Amino acid sequence: MRYLPKSPSEREEMLESIGVDSVEELFQSIPEKFRLRKPLDLPGPLSEMEIIQYFQARAGENARGYTSFLGAGVYQHVRSVVADAIIQRGEFLTSYTPYQAEISQGTLTAIFEFQTLMCQLTGQEVANASMYDGSTALTEAVLMAERLTGKHRVLVARSVHPEYRQVLATYAKNVGLEVEEIGYTKSGQIDTEALSKAKLGEAAAIVVQSPNFFGVIEELPALAEAAHAAGALLVTTIAEAASLGIVRPPVEADIVAMEGQSFGIPPSYGGPYVGVIATREKFVRQMPGRLAGQTTDGAGRRGFVLTLATREQHIRREKATSNICTNEALYALAATIHLCLIGKEGLRELALQNLAKARFAAAELTKIPGVRRVFSGRVFNEFVLEFPRSVKLINAALLREKIIGPLPLGLHYPELTKRGLVCVTETMPRAEIERLASATKRILETPL
Amino acid sequence: MYPADYRYTKDHEWIKVEGSVGTIGITDYAQSELGDVVFAELPKVGVTMKAGESFGTIESVKAVSEIFTPVSGEITEINSKLVDTPEIINKDPHGSAWLVKIRLSDPKELSALMDAAAYETYIAAQAKEH
Amino acid sequence: MNSKLTEVETAAPTIRKAGRQVNQNEGLIFEKSAPGKRGMELPPLDVPAIDPVEALGAGNSRDSIEGFPEVSEIEVIRHFTRISTWNYAIDLGMYPLGSCTMKYNPRVNEHVARLDGLASEHPAQPAEVSQGCLRILYDLQKCLLEVTGMDAATLQPVAGAQGELTGLLMIRAYLQSQGNARKKVLIPDSAHGTNPASVVIAGYEVQNIKSNARGQIDTDHLREFATEDVAALMVTNPSTIGVFEERIAEIAAILHERGALLYMDGANMNALAGVTRPGDFGVDVMHLNLHKTFSTPHGGGGPGAGPVLAKKILEPFLPVPVVVEKNGRYALDGNRPQSVGRVRAYCGNFGVLLRALAYTLAYGPGIRQATEDAVLNANYIRKNLEESFDLPYNLPSMHEVVFSDARQKKQGVNTMDIAKRLIDYGFHPYTTAFPLIVPGAMMIEPTESESKEECDLFIDAMRSIAIEAETNPELVKTAPHSTRVGRLDEVAAARKPILRWKP
Repeated sequence: MRYLPKSPSEREEMLESIGVDSVEELFQSIPEKFRLRKPLDLPGPLSEMEIIQYFQARAGENARGYTSFLGAGVYQHVRSVVADAIIQRGEFLTSYTPYQAEISQGTLTAIFEFQTLMCQLTGQEVANASMYDGSTALTEAVLMAERLTGKHRVLVARSVHPEYRQVLATYAKNVGLEVEEIGYTKSGQIDTEALSKAKLGEAAAIVVQSPNFFGVIEELPALAEAAHAAGALLVTTIAEAASLGIVRPPVEADIVAMEGQSFGIPPSYGGPYVGVIATREKFVRQMPGRLAGQTTDGAGRRGFVLTLATREQHIRREKATSNICTNEALYALAATIHLCLIGKEGLRELALQNLAKARFAAAELTKIPGVRRVFSGRVFNEFVLEFPRSVKLINAALLREKIIGPLPLGLHYPELTKRGLVCVTETMPRAEIERLASATKRILETPL
Repeated sequence: MYPADYRYTKDHEWIKVEGSVGTIGITDYAQSELGDVVFAELPKVGVTMKAGESFGTIESVKAVSEIFTPVSGEITEINSKLVDTPEIINKDPHGSAWLVKIRLSDPKELSALMDAAAYETYIAAQAKEH
Repeated sequence: MNSKLTEVETAAPTIRKAGRQVNQNEGLIFEKSAPGKRGMELPPLDVPAIDPVEALGAGNSRDSIEGFPEVSEIEVIRHFTRISTWNYAIDLGMYPLGSCTMKYNPRVNEHVARLDGLASEHPAQPAEVSQGCLRILYDLQKCLLEVTGMDAATLQPVAGAQGELTGLLMIRAYLQSQGNARKKVLIPDSAHGTNPASVVIAGYEVQNIKSNARGQIDTDHLREFATEDVAALMVTNPSTIGVFEERIAEIAAILHERGALLYMDGANMNALAGVTRPGDFGVDVMHLNLHKTFSTPHGGGGPGAGPVLAKKILEPFLPVPVVVEKNGRYALDGNRPQSVGRVRAYCGNFGVLLRALAYTLAYGPGIRQATEDAVLNANYIRKNLEESFDLPYNLPSMHEVVFSDARQKKQGVNTMDIAKRLIDYGFHPYTTAFPLIVPGAMMIEPTESESKEECDLFIDAMRSIAIEAETNPELVKTAPHSTRVGRLDEVAAARKPILRWKP
């Protein structure tokens, strides 16, 4: 087998050295009745070529060649092959967690750069080395707010990504954390009136997403003020990180939980992605996850180490800030490389292109009779449209033309049937936006 | 080494009582076991504690040690020097690196603590076990 | 002091493997930045441009980010290539890290994960145009169920720790459905730190139970501690000292007769795959670490995947959605009223799951051979180091062996020092701080990816260090000597943390 570097004679030599006749003897400690007598019923073994064929076949059974207008937490953005080439270097791909700093300075330097970039993007003072993704980063940020305030209740906007809220609910119910949901107004933003009636003084935090699931930007300074006045924190989550190229960063938030997939990471049917938590320096000891810190060696040379490890599970065990161990290091590296490539001006230019494309798409689509913008709030690259009939039916017809249409909102928001979430990024050619509009118009003109 | 007018616990805290106020710290033995101290987490002033309760932690790079109050009472002061210079816990554990001051609610609890001689015997036995 | 060193042991040490690391001086990317440089261009905008202030409203837009990098493509390539040379990696040599299973990361897995039609797919796209992705998930599930001997699977957890939490939540939901969720989970003192941390997040209390003199779970203690308040025991098998829990069937029986469940941390599955199945020896629910046993790359700290496999009784409680198949069509089933809920957005780390399937397909039923080679390597190393290092538990080792620094400690040389000196011989250190039940632990797991040659080089290096500990302890205590940076000041890093670059 090509992954096993032993010849039969070497195995013999080694058995002899150990002093046993066969490898079976090395498994004697397993009670006989549990030792398998026949091989497992598994497909294979396949040669490299056959493995590629299997996956090529699977790749042909998906949406290759389709044009997709989906966003909703996962975004199609430009990616450079450079990042992919670098993360495939064995020294990055096949290296371990950098506990042994002297031989992990590559990883640690890159983590330090990642932490810096995340601070620059979010306007926060410290950021960690990564979380699993946006949904779990938000959950951990909420638990962190609970620890910091000692209060066991949070107010969460319904306009936060439904799956993020589901993950939070799964974790919250086992640790006695009460989650109260606050609705949205016709602007698409959180209902501040409902918020003011929600006993903020008893809450650990207000939790919003910006841009939110409807694509709408929340008014964070006012929310922060309201939270702080009541002794609560403001936790903000960002699912579309590319928005930070042009949208004002959440500097007033106390904790930011971000999804970094927009930074050069492919959609890959749901993962791996990269979450991050960024916060104020005074909260650093309550942060979950790894942190790389700068220091020097005996000769005064600059180097980096994992630090403040006493927060973590391998030292604090049941009193740890989190159980997180393995995170998304390689994709934090991919995001870092991507951000270095796209750079200061490119990041802004990309964000501006998103704004422009979304504006154009909204204009084209709302020309169609019966199609209207739903929320009045400002958006980045996603917006909600109302259609004269079920979005699912429209999408079924669009699919036949190899277009994946807007995300129907009725599944997650029963009050929002016949509404769809449209996402348009810089990667969407104008011609495809026009094709979506003309196809939709034609489909709507066709009687059911 | 171990001041005669202090009292000591099995968890290596010391307490020096003046009137109704006790000053609490960790012993030289504790700091040497812990290694270089990087951080001390202390309670807020005004908090009341029961003897034996944990009131904070002291951290080195690779370990966290809980600190337990030898007596019951109310925390009246915490040592602000420890925020910027936690390393004084290693250098002067019995003096300037005191952790908190506490107003005793039950001075009788002191009789359950070891004196300096008993403590020195105790840690000699501990060292042998290692 | 052990002065009975043999002839082999007193031979002059020769460093055969390592050379000095490449000594590139390289700063941070921010230090190379200069206005006007860029590394990536965008295609021109084909729709009307927009004024951000007009689009977002005054006060909602930002200026360019101060201090954000401005560098060219070549500088990015050079920067990251240079710093990559400061890393050790599996591609360079053995990581003898215990319980990490640092095996070869097959390159075909990287290739297939990047295929157009797989890397490009959006998780919210309709099932009818996702049959390829769903089938990959379903096929992997089937393989993992077969390997573990279980009935139901979720691929959603994205790390071992998350798998632990998920399994515990499923146990809680099951017990709740039986009328009483109970309060505690038993954890052996040899357990990995994520175990007690996960217990707390699941809303349970940790109850530590001691290992016996053989480093195994003490079944008398277990009988005593497995009260009606106990929901489960979390066991690692083989244990973290690399030894199979010989009384695992009895342990399972004790728990089951008291209505509790047995959770297995699958971190050490590399000793079992193809040889025995946890489902057969009484485990109710477990997680696997795909970035360990199933070869997906560590990438410097992730991504991982921690799928959970369970017995039929726990199936109703699986996280949503569940991957199902009917008449050759695949779908995500979210209609699961008793589910514990969702533990992550979407269906998990698909790219990692895909790589694990590629690995499994490469081996097929021959996966047993990998397990046998892993156990062979560990025992070969053990046999050849027993003369040099103290072996605290003289029991049959499976895929890993744990020594202690007891002998070398007499010269003032501890496990950390020996580990650092190993770097000078061209190896990554073994695991030093764990398990907690072995003071001065040296946990060594070679995996099946190591050739006899690599194992011999490792043995030579360790023997040589043992001699150095006797004859020249200072050399060991001040190691490593051949790296770009020496031992770093972790105390300063913790006292005054500097966690980002500033202009």
